[in-house]
Amino acid sequence: MSDGVDWKRRHFLGVATAVTAAIGAGFAAVPFLASWRPSKRAQALGAPVEVDIGKLDEGAIMRVEWRGRPIWVLKRSEEMLRRLDETVDSLRDPNSQEEQQPEYAANETRSIKPAVLVVVGSCTHLGCSPLPRFEVGAADLGPGWQGGFYCPCHGSKFDLAGRVWKGVPAPLNLMVPPHRYLNESVILIGSDSETA
Amino acid sequence: MSISQQEKFTVGKPRGGLGEWFRKRFPWDAMMADHVIGYYAPKNFNWWYVYGSIAMLVLVNQIVTGIFLTMSYKPSAAEAFASVEYIMRDVDWGWLIRYMHSTGASLFFVVIYLHMFRGLMYGSYRKPRELVWLFGMLIYMCLAAEAFFGYLLPWGQMSYWGATVIVSLFGAIPWIGDTLVEWVRGDYFISDITLNRFFALHVIALPLVLLGLVVAHILALHEVGSNNPDGVEIKDHPGPDGHPQDGLPFHPYHTMKDVPAWVVFLAVFAAIVFYAPEMGGYFLEHANFEPADPLKTPEHIAPVWYFTPFYAILRAVPDKLGGVILMGASMFLLFLLPWLDRSPVKSIRYKGWISKLALGIFAISFIVLGYLGTQPATGVYTNLARVFTILYFAFFLLMPFYSKFEKTKPVPARVTFHG
Repeated sequence: MSDGVDWKRRHFLGVATAVTAAIGAGFAAVPFLASWRPSKRAQALGAPVEVDIGKLDEGAIMRVEWRGRPIWVLKRSEEMLRRLDETVDSLRDPNSQEEQQPEYAANETRSIKPAVLVVVGSCTHLGCSPLPRFEVGAADLGPGWQGGFYCPCHGSKFDLAGRVWKGVPAPLNLMVPPHRYLNESVILIGSDSETA
Repeated sequence: MSISQQEKFTVGKPRGGLGEWFRKRFPWDAMMADHVIGYYAPKNFNWWYVYGSIAMLVLVNQIVTGIFLTMSYKPSAAEAFASVEYIMRDVDWGWLIRYMHSTGASLFFVVIYLHMFRGLMYGSYRKPRELVWLFGMLIYMCLAAEAFFGYLLPWGQMSYWGATVIVSLFGAIPWIGDTLVEWVRGDYFISDITLNRFFALHVIALPLVLLGLVVAHILALHEVGSNNPDGVEIKDHPGPDGHPQDGLPFHPYHTMKDVPAWVVFLAVFAAIVFYAPEMGGYFLEHANFEPADPLKTPEHIAPVWYFTPFYAILRAVPDKLGGVILMGASMFLLFLLPWLDRSPVKSIRYKGWISKLALGIFAISFIVLGYLGTQPATGVYTNLARVFTILYFAFFLLMPFYSKFEKTKPVPARVTFHG
């Protein structure tokens, strides 16, 4: 046997071993990384919730919690629905082009029933919860305010259909969660199909 | 006995006994020679050079007080807020340990910002100290993560909503954003699950990383040697013994400089702990004295003061993704500093007036942005934030030009002394 070392062979074996070990480490990392995903219990707790709007007055808003997020159910009056048209020019996405709502809510009122708005009450900017500001022409909200929601964190403004104004930090309309009517007055929030 | 007691216990001169037994089995002498008694640091250090060792002192404070806090703290959404109140009211001296930890967190950033500014002034990031700077920046990032995870633990309103805002920043990343946010939280919102994992990261994962990085930072520093206010290499002028003529052993000379600085620092630290632990809402925000409520956003959300400069940059951009990118860039540019500075000299003492002006404007921008980040994002404030964001970035992006072309002063061969 010669004392000469076959460096080419040794280098190949070294690299082959390192690559094999790296692949092994990659597989071994999977359980640890996957353990950070929402657990079975978290998924179960994130199940749909039922809301009875039978006693909700016109112009009144109720809040429920779904997946830790505030869900607003607002029963808009005829007057409020009429005001939706007045600020269309000030809105970023008045026709709901962005996918911030299920198909069935991509309409003028962003709702299944025109009067009843169901949105996630967290600002699309950084997740703060905007405040209802229904008074028309509120002095601190600039000209043309027709009622809507105002985010105290960074000043984002939304109209009564949760549509975002132009020139504010929030990029998108408020999200409409998946929901459906179980009967005239009970909404199931978090699910929109019979099977889910 | 042939040798006197005096000689027997002279440092570094083993004379048998337990010490000798130990030294034969552990590289104590080599460690002392490399890093303590035999590490020569420049003798023209000024008071800007105390913050590194003060940072070590604060790190020890955070670890010791942190360990004791975990003994009474409960990392669950149902119990966390009450357990902090329990520490404050019912645990003997619990209030002191907790205030030492919370005050230490804020002062850690004060010290680190001063330490970094020293580096900026005297060009301590320049070749051959690029790695010292990079490890230092990683320490800063790690510290920021520590502070962020730690701030969720008291489970107050500001803990909760601050975390909601910061975690949702990842949601701005195209395609994977939403999945990533869900993965970080481990839930569909900041919940008990998130709190529990942030606790693990805060008390185990990141402290381990932090300690490792501190070791790397110091090893890299001791390999290349410390910079100094003149930015000249003391290793270029070794004496007959091979040690730099302009250097002095770290111990006892520099430790004797550091210990009085510790005393002054601890006096300030104690004054805050005992008389102003909340620092008017800057160290402990008022909204955090209310338990977390996912359904109620506080009127005004602001991060703790040490993050506000970056928060102001985030808010200065009307676009969410753009804001996140700019905020990331504002931190990332600091990493690139060793390669942005093209000046033939290291220290601000010998740079031209443009560099001095630029550094001054940068420091002012950082402070003003810090103030703006604590204020609501309304008209005038937003515009001011935009102006100072531009100035902040100009410091970095124009540096390759002004540092290269400006007229510099001649650098002395040896270190100098100024009063």
